[in-house]
Amino acid sequence: MKKYLKIIWDGISPANPVLIIAIGLCSVIAVSNSVKSALLMTFSFGLVLIPSEIIISTIRKLIPDEIRVPMFVVVIAAFTTMSVLLSRAYFTAIYDVIKLYILLIVVNCIIIGRAEAFAYVHPVVESLFDGIGMTIGYGWVLTAIAVVRELLGKGTLAGIQVLPQSFQPALIMILPPAGFLMIGILVGALETYLRKKGDKK
Amino acid sequence: MSFSHYLVDLAKIFVSSSIINNIILIQFLGLCSYIGLTDNMSSSIGMSFAVIFVTVSSSILTWVIDHWILIPSHLQPVLQITSFILVIGSFVGLVQIYLKKASPNLYKAMGIYLPLIATNCIILGVTFINSMNNYDFIQSIVEAIGISLGYTLAMIMLAGIRERLRNSDVPQFFKGKAIAFMVSGILALAFLGFQGMIK
Repeated sequence: MKKYLKIIWDGISPANPVLIIAIGLCSVIAVSNSVKSALLMTFSFGLVLIPSEIIISTIRKLIPDEIRVPMFVVVIAAFTTMSVLLSRAYFTAIYDVIKLYILLIVVNCIIIGRAEAFAYVHPVVESLFDGIGMTIGYGWVLTAIAVVRELLGKGTLAGIQVLPQSFQPALIMILPPAGFLMIGILVGALETYLRKKGDKK
Repeated sequence: MSFSHYLVDLAKIFVSSSIINNIILIQFLGLCSYIGLTDNMSSSIGMSFAVIFVTVSSSILTWVIDHWILIPSHLQPVLQITSFILVIGSFVGLVQIYLKKASPNLYKAMGIYLPLIATNCIILGVTFINSMNNYDFIQSIVEAIGISLGYTLAMIMLAGIRERLRNSDVPQFFKGKAIAFMVSGILALAFLGFQGMIK
């Protein structure tokens, strides 16, 4: 059990897909301007990543090495279609805003990367926990950025007014440039932290 | 719709896809290559040419599949994602094999970027945008050209700025990738000024 918890923890912090490995940034910057979109994006992301990892790890011994990437892509595309149809059916209003990014989960580097680096060489149960860990790791970064941006940009959280009416919202925070600025500050903070940690050793 | 109206419409699609809704700075697609390859000018130009070529040809290809196969057979919602990505992936593979044989010089210039493109979100993004907006054949080609020229513009701008940055004194906190993101944020701010240019 401890082994599985460690796999989940790896995805949340030491090997966080967005912060440490720095891949799959497109969707993080694009949908982080409101908490609702961030949550729907995480939900669809998990709905694709977890089952894909399970399926790929189940059939990993049957896949010939040369054509493994096309096989991964077909599996991922099938689950992306399901997740698109589900989000469209149950969360139509938010789906309409971010539908391009949900469709493009199919080429998200995190998912192909995890299929190649983890699910293809690990048994089914471990792949399941890796999928859960990576989804949480992706989700918390995305939601944390979205909370800051929506709070400062609109004074609301998931559509509910949080800050007092007298607060002047900084509109820039929910516009596209702030996504780049937020990621720049995050990456800078992280690299400074790693550099300091390296100095101590 | 008369012919002159159609031409105006095409011009609107071109300007809006290349500048107003710039694929990188406003829509955030293809950031991996944008941050990863703008270290020097020549690789960003090579990547841009590869993107222009593949975007235009794959949007032609997927338009044909969408309108002649998927829509008549009512399979569009279920099979669109799978068929698009398979077609684009195999098309890029074919182009790579053909270039290697037919023109080794062009292959040397473009070849190393082609495999990267197969998983680039821009190519697939353009085909989805075309299909969402129900563009006809010529409109999809114009949209594809506009988006890939917008990509080229952003790539070359950032590559130029980063070449200058190498010789300048960047604050310790922003050394490395972080400054590239901050610069893109400011570029995006500038591009935001084009918003509302077309009604």
